[in-house]
Amino acid sequence: MAGIQKSLKELLNYPSAVVGLVLTALMVILAIYALVTIPYDEAVRLWRGGQGVWYTSPRTAQPVWTNFFAEKKQPESFSMKIADATRVDSVSSSGFKDIQITYTFDYQADGFPSELAIYFESYSSEKEPFVSIIWITPDGRELEVVDMSLGETETYFLDQDTRLTRRLGRREADVGLFIPPDTDPEIHYRELTPLKGTYQMVISGRTFEEDSDITEAEFVLYGKVAGLAGTDHHRRDLMVSLLWGAPIALSFGLLASIGISIFTIIIAAIGTWFGGLVDGLIQRATEVNLTLPFLSILIMIGTFYSKSLWVMLGITVLLSIFGAQIKAYRAIFLQVKESTYIEAAQAYGASNMRIIFLYLIPRIIPLIIPNLVLSVPTFVFLEATLAQLGLGDPVLPTWGKVIYDAAANSAVYNGQFYWILEPAILLSITGLAFAMVGFSLDRIFNPRLRTLE
Amino acid sequence: MSVESQTLQPGIDTAERKARSNTFTRIARYTAAKLVMLVITVAIGVYLTILIANMGGYVDNIMRGQIREGIGTRMASDPAFKGLTTAEKSALIENEIALEEKRLGLDQPFVIRSFRFLSNAMVLELGRAQLMTSDEGSKQVRLIILERLPPTLLLFGTSNLILFFGSVFFALALSRKYGTFWDKVVIGLSPTSSAPPWFYGIFLILIFAAVFHILPFNGMLDSPPPETKLGYALSIGKHLILPVGAVIISNLFLSIYNWRTFFLIYSSEDYVEMAKAKGLSDREIERRYILRPTLPNIITNFSLLLIALWTGSILTETVFVWPGLGRTFYQAIGLYDTAVIVGLTIIYAYLLVITVFFLEFIYALVDPRVKIGEGS
Repeated sequence: MAGIQKSLKELLNYPSAVVGLVLTALMVILAIYALVTIPYDEAVRLWRGGQGVWYTSPRTAQPVWTNFFAEKKQPESFSMKIADATRVDSVSSSGFKDIQITYTFDYQADGFPSELAIYFESYSSEKEPFVSIIWITPDGRELEVVDMSLGETETYFLDQDTRLTRRLGRREADVGLFIPPDTDPEIHYRELTPLKGTYQMVISGRTFEEDSDITEAEFVLYGKVAGLAGTDHHRRDLMVSLLWGAPIALSFGLLASIGISIFTIIIAAIGTWFGGLVDGLIQRATEVNLTLPFLSILIMIGTFYSKSLWVMLGITVLLSIFGAQIKAYRAIFLQVKESTYIEAAQAYGASNMRIIFLYLIPRIIPLIIPNLVLSVPTFVFLEATLAQLGLGDPVLPTWGKVIYDAAANSAVYNGQFYWILEPAILLSITGLAFAMVGFSLDRIFNPRLRTLE
Repeated sequence: MSVESQTLQPGIDTAERKARSNTFTRIARYTAAKLVMLVITVAIGVYLTILIANMGGYVDNIMRGQIREGIGTRMASDPAFKGLTTAEKSALIENEIALEEKRLGLDQPFVIRSFRFLSNAMVLELGRAQLMTSDEGSKQVRLIILERLPPTLLLFGTSNLILFFGSVFFALALSRKYGTFWDKVVIGLSPTSSAPPWFYGIFLILIFAAVFHILPFNGMLDSPPPETKLGYALSIGKHLILPVGAVIISNLFLSIYNWRTFFLIYSSEDYVEMAKAKGLSDREIERRYILRPTLPNIITNFSLLLIALWTGSILTETVFVWPGLGRTFYQAIGLYDTAVIVGLTIIYAYLLVITVFFLEFIYALVDPRVKIGEGS
């Protein structure tokens, strides 16, 4: 143990190892932060919860910080419920109830919103309530939006209303409601800027029954930037997956490499100790295993049985325990086997198992540490690789799946670089961190290389 | 060898020829032993594939489903069965299904069938695809695969040749100047190899296709394909740059680092010092005393790299929409086409084994231990 401690101290002499250790520590902190702030159930709910969870955030919105670099500041989303608006009820002489809800908001962004929607909730027994919506621009124009009756729950997307689009000079509501009057219809909306100032939207409703009412009318203005990480095509906040990707990537990488190392060492030790047929069989198994199409087999299992990350982990370990490393470990064990202390152990009658587990294996542990650390990135990227093939875990939010979603929705073509770059950068930081530490460890523990440096 | 001893010319000449023939038989024996081993490997790999594919009767269920559907639709559209009642019809259908299943051997126990699958698969009788077709319209899995093989070979041949010679060249150059700035740069960059080619592929596409618009996003040919032969070749070449670049970037620095280390270890051997003392030129020393003894190590290393790249190619091709085996694999997963997935796994097993065999053969040619007959 003292030897390992000394080597670890030596590690600090390598700048790349220090950088690697710092990055690893950052990833571990990120992972712990994710686990603490978003518990597992909450993460799954935020990632798989459905439209109910995400409906107020915009689709494929850039991260908020992109505004800092951009010339045109894009709007953020906001939503206003009835509680945030002014509501005036009046009962008319004929027994109908008139409801007027006025939303007032200040719009200062240089870009247009991406979508506009109103989520209604109402109740009535026979005759549904009726609303008409008016939009008042900062320069005082009153634009007619729609007249409609309300079911129990009703969602009205202003920008998807073709009649409104036609009234607004063939511009969808997210642009048409914000541009100055008499804008040339030929100009592309990217070259236009919205009118800045205070906008108002007035919903005038009327209920026709005694206890009929409009209980909720949530107005959502979907922006073009959202959160620190942006959102994806399902309106999900990418932050959830970026944070939760860390513990998943780390645990997958570490569990796979530790599991494989342990099994490989045990097998190599048993083979060398018993020699003869056992050794021969293990060596042949190694050769066969080397030429098995590893990824193809994983793909088959993923397609036919289970895409669960933990099943994949198990299969990965199973398929890798007869890896090429066995040969290297065997060579070392062959030397250790001849040591006098092993002879002494045999002389006092130690059992085979005792010799293998207490005398052979502990000797080689310092030597396997570099390999163990070096193989972590391989498995971190393996998870991402499986996700790219559509075999990502169906429940967990992982970095690989974010990249897969982005690629499947042509993020690169559409210029949504953040969508691919954020998980990719996290992946490469994790990979690099372990690789940098591993390479330095390799140089410290590998005596043959050491004489050269 | 008996032929050898009958030669009339005595003396050194015979001895030399004998030695050469010994070398030859040894290499032949070594290669033959490896070949047998590799055939066994393929058999095990293929059998494992069959077992996985059939665990829980997956393949059987799919076959049964196909039979049922086929017979059902045939009966429904056949006017001869119109007059029958529903009960009569379903009895007839069940009967037909039982006959068909018997004909295909589905009533036999799995162990027997698995060996029949094995022997079929070993001779590449891969069956018929459920949904996919080759560009020529065939549903034969073998034809689908054969059609997609050349693009894969082109992509991986090109990138691996460049990778191999490039890294040996750079590694030799660096081992001469070890400890210099460039040496440190390569050591510093070697952790970049922890990311697979497809990962770099995404970045390359982003930079060269999406931002700078100098190279195509993906695919293998412009559309429409150029008509002249030269134009065709140039178009393929242009599309090759990014995928080949991705494979090379993700492997180059680690290979250079590994091989440079080998060269350094071997260049500190006594016989190299001796050669230096004799006043041999650097080039001569490198060729005869450094490159020669490290070659077996390099080949072993390279074969490990190739194995990783073969299976990794599935994703590289998918990212670049390269119309090869890997992309076919991806499509087969998407379509859930069991026959193609199993067939491709078998093909990959074969490709790996052929690669390994090829390298073993070269290994036998260059490894002095095999030549002299000490090791096996």
